Amino acid sequence: MAGKDGYTLDTLALHAGQVPDPQYGARATPIYLSTSFVFKDSDQAAALFNMERAGHVYSRISNPTVSVLEERVAALEGGVGAIATASGQAAMHLAVATLMGAGSHIVASGALYGGSHNLLDYTLRRFGIETTFVPTRDVDAWRAAIRPNTRLLFGETLGNPGLDVLDIPRISALAHEHGLPLLVDSTFTSPYLLKPFEHGADLVFHSATKFLCGHGTAVGGVLVDSGNFDWEASGKFPTLTEPYDGFHGMDFAEESTVAAFLLRARREGLRDFGACMSPMNAFQILQGVETLPLRMARHVENARKLVDFLAAHEAVGSVAYPGLESHPDHALAQKLLPKGCGSVFSFSVKGGRPAGKKFIETLKLFSHLANVGDAKSLVIHPASTTHFRMSDEALLAAGIGAGTIRLSVGLEDADDLIEDLSRGLAAAVKAAA
Amino acid sequence: MELIVRDTKIYAYTGGKTFDPQKPALVFLHGAANDHTVWGLQSRYFANHGYSVLAVDLPGHGRSGGEPLASIGALADWVADLLNAAGVEKAVLAGHSMGSLAALEAAARHPSRIVKIALLGSAVPMAVSDQLLAAAKDKPEKAYRMINQWSNALGLGGNTVPGAWQPGASLALMRRAKPGSLFIDLSNCNDYQTGLEAAAQVQCPALLVIAKRDLMTPPRAAGDLAKALKDVRKAEIDGAGHAMMAEQPDRVLDALRAFLL
Repeated sequence: MAGKDGYTLDTLALHAGQVPDPQYGARATPIYLSTSFVFKDSDQAAALFNMERAGHVYSRISNPTVSVLEERVAALEGGVGAIATASGQAAMHLAVATLMGAGSHIVASGALYGGSHNLLDYTLRRFGIETTFVPTRDVDAWRAAIRPNTRLLFGETLGNPGLDVLDIPRISALAHEHGLPLLVDSTFTSPYLLKPFEHGADLVFHSATKFLCGHGTAVGGVLVDSGNFDWEASGKFPTLTEPYDGFHGMDFAEESTVAAFLLRARREGLRDFGACMSPMNAFQILQGVETLPLRMARHVENARKLVDFLAAHEAVGSVAYPGLESHPDHALAQKLLPKGCGSVFSFSVKGGRPAGKKFIETLKLFSHLANVGDAKSLVIHPASTTHFRMSDEALLAAGIGAGTIRLSVGLEDADDLIEDLSRGLAAAVKAAA
Repeated sequence: MELIVRDTKIYAYTGGKTFDPQKPALVFLHGAANDHTVWGLQSRYFANHGYSVLAVDLPGHGRSGGEPLASIGALADWVADLLNAAGVEKAVLAGHSMGSLAALEAAARHPSRIVKIALLGSAVPMAVSDQLLAAAKDKPEKAYRMINQWSNALGLGGNTVPGAWQPGASLALMRRAKPGSLFIDLSNCNDYQTGLEAAAQVQCPALLVIAKRDLMTPPRAAGDLAKALKDVRKAEIDGAGHAMMAEQPDRVLDALRAFLL
């Protein structure tokens, strides 16, 4: 590796995980759109199935193009490896399903993406896995919620949609004190803004659909393991520390001191649940990752300009952005997010629901849709879309009001975006009058 | 499996198969601040192809108890006691880096018990820079990063193990090492001055597995060792550095297969 301490993020984003194609010398990552891979002979086939040799067998389990993305994101996060999945939701499910079964319990931040909240509060509960939601900032509440059957603590780096900053050093220390890992959804920050492993997190996942891909073209997820959590010492994870009849009686923690989690997740989770990423999507996400540092810098720069504009506008009630001194996590954000607090944030338009509706309908550059992290600017009304299944109490706990608007600031000229917002706010004022 | 060696609990990975002392025994010896994990693929292969495998965690490493042994000679004698504990009279030894020196010395000291030795990433002498030794003593994280940088030829990845980021895995494994063990292990390598004499005493066949892009034990550093061994063959591994078992697992396996099967 070059440099005093290995390659930097800018370089890894372009190169990690890929060497030029040995057959034709292709510089771009080839798209291996093949379900399966020919064995050299019977011995090699048996050895691949029994984890005696490295390589690819079937693209549900692994694929050369997808592996480049996995390696690249693991490199960017500073992990030991990664598994790409069909979506961010699939990555989160894979993490949970690998670690626990019925009768287990999760402690999660109450400020989550609506999809994550659905998975935890409704779907996993149906499968016997309960979740207690706690206020993100209340460490005592996190502590009080931990039970003997708790197996995981979980939060988002920037809680959706109020941008609660997860105090990863304190929450991870609490988790480790109880022999538990901390899983972090790092979608809003990407490794450009924050590397959760450097602050104590054990597992990270991304909805790669968002900033990693960056262009709104492919749905995908990536789950990364730091390799730092000692499953054996914890004694709470038999899926990783006891023989697994479903794969040659393998004890994954014996098999690998640092990669037990990923081994089980791939050999069981991808194999049996099957939520794998397609090679085509992996290629498109790789294209996005190549420019991640450049895009994130611009995303953050634009976001800050828009935040300042909105915070000073008389038609705006409040702006939730940790970069502002008014945000309750401002000090923590300065510590964990020195490069900026991302480009997804919420604000409230004065005049409630009618004003919010008019505002969104007046915008021209911002696209009204359910996504974030696109190169193009996006807007949505969470109470009626991403979080519509949540009760009023749960919405309030998550910091969402009826007039809350969420923006995902893209890469357009900031002045053009401000002009668009200005037009929308003027219309909102008229609607509220 | 767990063995009791010198009253200390020792862990040995057996490649997913029950250890059978009646089969030919193959003992894998890891390097500094590592454990059995570094032999994952190769040890599973041989456990399923005619050998009973013991990929041990050396004393004071990985899952094994005790303290790290403080010389290559001590490690060599410990290997003989390990064979006793496992009920094995004779064994093949495969050692990497510090483990290769232990295998070499064990073959010299216990010729009736060692039938072949495979030495990976080996050099005699195995000088360790003052800079690395100082870091290992006082700033282990710095030392881990130095080793990582010098051990991974594929600094940008492209690993054949799907989804594995090898530099990250190497770093994470070293971070699991017992405090102080890296300094002891590297000092063992640096202080071992009788390797060529030991090589001259070795009676059994030896294989030198040399990674072409090894910066820790450069290919030329194995030259004197090759000359001193009586029955020696060499295998060169393309596209790998010192961490060759992880960077090119199949090429390393094929080199071992040609020697052992």
